[in-house]
Amino acid sequence: MRSSYKLIFERSREGRRAYDMPELDVPCACGTIPEGMRAVSRLDLPELGEVDLVRHYTNLSRRNFGVDNGFYPLGSCTMKYNPKINEELAAMFNSVHPRLDADMAQGCLRLMKDTEDMLCEICGMDAFTLQPAAGAHGELAGLMHIRAYHEHRGDTARTTIIVPDAAHGTNPASAVMAGFKVKEIKSAPDGGVDLDALRAAVGSDTAGLMLTNPSTLGLFERNIKKIAEIVHNAGGLLYYDGANLNAIMGIVRPGDMGFDVMHINLHKTFSTPHGGGGPGSGPVGVKSHLMPFMPVPVLKEDEDGMIVPDYDRPESIGKVKSLYGNFGVIVKAYCYIRSLGGRGLKEASENAVLNANYIMHRLRGAYGIPHDRTCMHECVVTPGELVDYGVHTSDIAKALIDRGYHPPTIYFPLIVHEAMMIEPTETESRETLDEFVDAMLDIAKVAKTDPGAIHAAPVTTPVGRPDEVAAARKPIVKYW
Amino acid sequence: MIPNDRKYTRDHEWVKIEGSIAKLGITAHAAEALGDIVFVELPAVDKDVAIGDGYCVVESVKAVSNVYSSVSGKVVEVNEALDANPEKLNEDAYGQFIAAVEFTEVADNLMDAEAYEAFLAEQE
Repeated sequence: MRSSYKLIFERSREGRRAYDMPELDVPCACGTIPEGMRAVSRLDLPELGEVDLVRHYTNLSRRNFGVDNGFYPLGSCTMKYNPKINEELAAMFNSVHPRLDADMAQGCLRLMKDTEDMLCEICGMDAFTLQPAAGAHGELAGLMHIRAYHEHRGDTARTTIIVPDAAHGTNPASAVMAGFKVKEIKSAPDGGVDLDALRAAVGSDTAGLMLTNPSTLGLFERNIKKIAEIVHNAGGLLYYDGANLNAIMGIVRPGDMGFDVMHINLHKTFSTPHGGGGPGSGPVGVKSHLMPFMPVPVLKEDEDGMIVPDYDRPESIGKVKSLYGNFGVIVKAYCYIRSLGGRGLKEASENAVLNANYIMHRLRGAYGIPHDRTCMHECVVTPGELVDYGVHTSDIAKALIDRGYHPPTIYFPLIVHEAMMIEPTETESRETLDEFVDAMLDIAKVAKTDPGAIHAAPVTTPVGRPDEVAAARKPIVKYW
Repeated sequence: MIPNDRKYTRDHEWVKIEGSIAKLGITAHAAEALGDIVFVELPAVDKDVAIGDGYCVVESVKAVSNVYSSVSGKVVEVNEALDANPEKLNEDAYGQFIAAVEFTEVADNLMDAEAYEAFLAEQE
């Protein structure tokens, strides 16, 4: 089978064709392209017969790994199952053109308005925009609200966003993109925000604090009320990174914790496909004092019950996306929320937390647990004593591939040495969790008796261990 | 061996004072923890830095990290060899400075080699 893993360029033979075009039997309109714009050399594309072409792409597709062919506990990414019925339902909207007049697209606009209202209820916010096309886009849009809020009050000295060192890398990046300076604060030994460090960091330059709760360590921030008080008393706003919302639906709401603005990843918590499987969506929710700054159009319901896109908002940060956002994704999230309902969403969060704790409990002893307390929807473990046998996090990840699993997120969060961040999500059965844990325990056992076998992994993949260092230092990004 | 001709930060950076110039780098512990370093984003010459500023970004196969300045002043020289050969930081962290700063102020919470060694032991 290995021979079928040749590159398409290596399979090319001059003159081969997947199909033949008939001879040109009409006059040629040659010469319509100006001389200087014509290609001077032949386009160097691979030439293959149809059967070779089909095999090439079919074989590539079989090497793909997704939630549909295996357990995918990629921490912080919430790789939950994407119900197929939601794809069918979203496809029913394919014939609606986004430039239809609002009065002819009332069904779609109503669906969007209802989604906004449901997200408000789930998160305890006053309004949502569905426009941002991804989580980081949501972060940028949310931070622009913070900026507009301070500027509108004439307080131009608030130029700094505080970010804990446990945060996703997108947080400081988005803050810089939005024109802020970033101040990083260290986490306390228990993994939470260090309140003294926060008190020392806030001041008249504080625009806001970005926080993920539960944090990237999979731990609930118990001091959230205190944190909100410190930031608000200093005149800053609180931004909620919704990456880990899957742990708390129906249990606690960002709005009630004191957050002023937040984003959600529909492609995490609300079961729509991730990146490669379709566009993302990062709706932004705000409290009432930030509503004037929301991006246009804002969906408004008039007295006749019609949904109208409102562009007349002079303090708006402007448009952040063409049209209305990634509508197909919104439809799928709407279907998900409606089919689970309030109780179902709460149960999803409860099971996500239960599954993560079950895994952590079963791995205790064989692996290190840096913050050993009840976790939320994900747990962070380390190789523990396996490093004494020369087996590190990346080795364990590679060995998991041979056992049929997508590895967890590794070497993140950065504040845990040799971190493995495991997020099972609620959609996995106990049997799947047990099989995964058994594989992890087997790896730990083999690591002690035959570490060479773990260092050799993966042996079941077309490529074993690519030279990551050479690839990063001397990248070759094209074939020719 | 941790050289005792310079001072250290809790973020595993070193600073070596030579007259009016402070040379800044990262410690061997930092280089080892980062893993194979694949890219060093050097600061621009003439850039003003303040104590605590992230003046350089170091990227390894595992992570991207800020390197913080323990002095305030103006960058007068950068170690351009790191542009083409970032692995030099892994090979000889104490022999490779990242930037040289004409300084006006030095952080007051730096450790000497002995204190840094104790700090490392405590971190273990």
